[in-house]
Formats: sequence, structure tokens, C-alpha cells
Amino acid sequence: MTHSELPYANSCVRLGHYDPELAVYTQGLDSLGKDCLQTPSADTAALTARFDAKVERDEKIEPKEWMPDAYRRTLVRQISQHAHSEIVGMLPEGNWITRAPTLRRKAVLIAKVQDEGGHGMYLYSAAETLGVSRDELVAQLLAGTAKYSSIFNYPTLTWADIGAIGWLVDGAAIMNQIPICRCSYGPYARAMVRICREESFHQRQGFEIMMTLARGTPAQRAMAQDALNRWWWPSVMMFGPSDAESQHTAQSMRWKIKRFTNDELRQHFIDVTAPQADFLKLTVPDPELRWDEATQHYRCGEIDWSEFHRVVKGHGPCNRERLQARRSAHEQGRWVREAASAYAEKTRARARRLEESA
Amino acid sequence: MSASAASAPSEDARLRYVLRLADTSLILGQRLAEWVGHAPALEEDLGLANIALDLIGQARLLLSYAAELEGRGRTEDELAFLRDAPQFLNLTLVEQPNGDFGRTLVRQLLVSAFQLELYEALKTCADARLAEIAAKALKETRYHVRYSASWVVRLGDGTAQSHARVQDALDELWPFTGELFAEDDVDAAMVAAGIAPRAAAVQARWSARIDAVLTEATLSRPADSVFPWHGKGGVHTEHLGYMLAEMQFLQRAYPGAEW
Ligand SMILES: [Fe+2]
Ligand SMILES: [Fe+2]
Repeated sequence: MTHSELPYANSCVRLGHYDPELAVYTQGLDSLGKDCLQTPSADTAALTARFDAKVERDEKIEPKEWMPDAYRRTLVRQISQHAHSEIVGMLPEGNWITRAPTLRRKAVLIAKVQDEGGHGMYLYSAAETLGVSRDELVAQLLAGTAKYSSIFNYPTLTWADIGAIGWLVDGAAIMNQIPICRCSYGPYARAMVRICREESFHQRQGFEIMMTLARGTPAQRAMAQDALNRWWWPSVMMFGPSDAESQHTAQSMRWKIKRFTNDELRQHFIDVTAPQADFLKLTVPDPELRWDEATQHYRCGEIDWSEFHRVVKGHGPCNRERLQARRSAHEQGRWVREAASAYAEKTRARARRLEESA
Repeated sequence: MSASAASAPSEDARLRYVLRLADTSLILGQRLAEWVGHAPALEEDLGLANIALDLIGQARLLLSYAAELEGRGRTEDELAFLRDAPQFLNLTLVEQPNGDFGRTLVRQLLVSAFQLELYEALKTCADARLAEIAAKALKETRYHVRYSASWVVRLGDGTAQSHARVQDALDELWPFTGELFAEDDVDAAMVAAGIAPRAAAVQARWSARIDAVLTEATLSRPADSVFPWHGKGGVHTEHLGYMLAEMQFLQRAYPGAEW
């Protein structure tokens, strides 16, 4: 049983921001198949040249066009990791929905977590345009073979963490994602345009929570500082390994999937965020952080890459819980999905009988 | 306050009536919010979050109105976060635990179909403020009924397992529906003032709508039974205390802080 068999079309889900364009792309999947992938090698050179030229001219590559296998694989990997991150990211923030301190904050947080789910949906749809189904991708996530952003393997221990995530994590996500709005692959670029709009909203809301806490009671200030202490370094690490270590950067930049290196984006994030921490009168937990007149950038301390690798490899504080939560939602929802597809089948059979008797 | 009827209700009855509506939406919204991130499919995460958002939005409008009626300068948040269980006047049905997805959707159908009839009547009632809130809530509630009914039908007429699960849920939750239509002094005063509809009329329309859904879902309607609960009078099941402990924790732990 697959997601596409489910009769969601009539389940009245009001996404409000579901992208009908993406749904159209997924319909083209059948025509994508093998002939695109197994072109004789004489033609491959010509096709590659045409593809390269198109990327060079900053034109978008669309789902039905020929593309190199490696380009397709890179996109599937990146887009699905991104989709998984949105879905797993619902958990740490969802953790505070029932405890949000005011009704307005509760509503804003529900809407935010809902947005992240919507982002996951657009991104799975974008990945589907490359010939891989959402079910396959979700299965990889549940099996633990797919990656998602390590930041979501950290716990949300206090309300201030909700502020810190919006401010820092959504802030870092925006830095990563704005260049992807100009990515060479059309569906990914277009999905990213609407996602970025919502992420910047999330970032502002998170900053606003931090500001309220930072200007609040001494206990609230302490809560805000503690959250910054715990989320700063993981946020800085969200941009991935340093350029020297990054395996995929060079090729991705040639393909215009990536427009800036990890370190460039990280620097930009720090340059933008450090003054915001000053504004909040909070202290960034990096004693070496200082403004450098000569380079017009902040300089910062050494990143603890051993922690980064530890969490990526599954040994962060919440890796097991996050995956377990996704698995149990999937398992406990199985009877519901089965019922929905059984009902859809009955409905189709009834319609057939009606037709035959007519 | 615009009620000009000869039999204008006491302000206390009006306040209690508005709080019943407010708390019912708030507590049901809080229950649904527990699902976010854990639903059977991403589409349902978003669907349940939508309903939770609508309900919390309704609760905010109604609590603000209740705070004005009360006239003690309290805010929507003070009413939501600083009252104890006996001061909450929600229907007992909405504080019942989510259980599985089927049970959540059965509860939703029973409550949303009730709210639908109520808001339909209130949108033209003698209390202009309430009428305005009801008109907005009515549009949202139509969607809640459609969403929950479509799931109850799919699960009822899905597999043998899903049928058994939702029938169980229906049997367990049905006794709580008695409270929906049990008119007490507050209801009577509001009916007399031309604000609330008669419970019997609401019950007839609710019943017809529920019967239609249950028939399509191949589920059987449980017999009505005596019900010992009176949430709308402040007498709750044990579940509400735990919900409030969770919901109110920050406001209680940091008295007087702004969030
Ligand atoms: Fe997102
Ligand atoms: Fe976000």
C-alpha cells in the first residue's frame, strides 16, 4: 500500500499553501523512466554538453529533460534529506505545543510546526519529480539509512528553546535555502521560494520570543541565555563540514545546485546573528568570537567537529527518540492507512458495479 | 451588551454560557494539538493541526468576550491558564483522551456536529457579539464535520479491524453525548433570552446528521444511557486535571511573567 493510493484528494485537507505545480510535475513521472537513463554513450556526450550549456546559461532543468545520473542522484539525496529534516524537525518543536505559555504562542507554534510539515510535503513532491516515490524515501528515513539535519537530535528542554530554534535554526535554514531558490533544478528552486518565505516568518517569531524572554524576569533571561548556550554551536554546525572536508561541494557548485560553500554560508550566518545576540544582550558561547575590522567579518573559535560527527553517526542526545517517534507514528497509523485504501477499493468496486448495471 | 429582550439573562448565566463554548473549543483544541507530528500520515498531521488552530482561535475570541463580561480585568490567557479544573466549563466529552486516530475522529465528529448546530443558531441570536463569533466559527466547523465524517466513514467501512476499532470508540464515547443536550439553568436562561437554541431542536438535527454518517460508515448507534458527568457545570473526569497541569505549567511556575 502506498501513499498515492490513499484517497487524500477528498480528505478535505486545507493546506492553504500546497503547490499545485508540484502535483503536476509528479504526473510526468511515468515518462521519466529508463529511456532517459540509458541513452547510448555516443549521444550521452551531446546530451551532457547541452545540459551543461543550459546550466551555464542559468536556465532551469525541468523533470522531463535529460540530466546526468549523478545530478539526479545528488538532487534526490539533497532534497530527500531536506524533506526528512522538515518532518523530524516537527518533533522537537511539537514537544512544546501543549505547554506553550499563552494562547497566541500556542497558535503560532502549531502553525509553525504545520508549516514544516507542509515543507516536507513540497520537498517530497519535488523529489518525486526525479523518479523516486515518497514511500521509498520515508522507508529510508524509518530504516535509519537516510540522513536528516542533526540539529533535530538535540532536545527542547525549556520554552526558550522554541525561541532559540526559530531564531537560530530557522535563521540558519534561510541562509542555506535562499541560494537554492536559484538552484538549476526547477521544481526544487520553486519549492524553495515559498519555503523561504515561511522560514523567514519563523525566524522573526523565534527572535521575538527571545526578545520577550531577554527583556523579561531574571529567570526568563537565564532561560534565554541557557537556550543560546545549547543551540549556538549545533546551529553553526548546520552548514555541514568545512569546505576542506565537504565531499559534494565542488560538483554541486558546478551544477548550480549549490551557490556558496558551507564555510561561506556559515560565515554569513555568524555575521548576521552575532549582532542580534548583542541586541538581545545575550552572550554567544564562544569566547573567541570578535569582530575583525580587516576582513569585515566576525572571527570565531574552533568548531568541535568530533561532536558533529558523533551526532551525524547517531550518537546525539535524541537520535533514537526522534527516529522512534517517526517509526511509532508510522506503525500506529498502519491500520488507518490500510482502512483508507480498503475503503477506496470498495468505492471503486461499487462505482464499477453501478456502471455495469447501467 | 445588546440583549434587549424582556427576559435578559443574568450576566452570570451569560458568562457561564460563553465560558462553556470557550472551554469546549480550548480543551478540544489542546487535545488535538497532542497529535501534531504523530498522525498516521503527513496529510493528517496537517489536517488535525488545522482543526486545532481553528478551535484555539475560537477559544481566544470567546475567552476575550468572557473576560469582558466578567468585568474583572482578566485576559484570555488569565482565564485559560489560571483557572483550576472546577472553574472550567467544557463538555466532558472533549477532555477524554485521544486514544487512537479513530477514537479522536469519532470524538471530533460528535462534538463538531454539535457545534455546527449551535453556531448555526447563535449566528442570528440576540447577543451581537456572540453572533459574530458564531458566524466565523460556523465556517470552520463545517470543515471539521466534513473532515471527521469522511474519516469515520472510511474507518467504519474500511477493514474489519478498523470497523471494530471505531465501533468500540463510538460505544465508549457515546454516553458522554447525553450532556450535550441536557438543558440546565444556564441553558434555560439563555434560551429564554433568545440567545441559545432549544436543546431538543439541536439534538434532533444533530441526531439526524450523526445517523446519516453512521449508516454510511456501517456503524451501529449505541443506546442512550444515564450519564453521571457534568463538565459544563464544572464537574469533570480525572483527565482534565492532567491536561491543565501540562497546559498551565509555565504560567504557574513563573507567576506574573510576560511571554
Ligand atoms: Fe521548514
Ligand atoms: Fe521553519
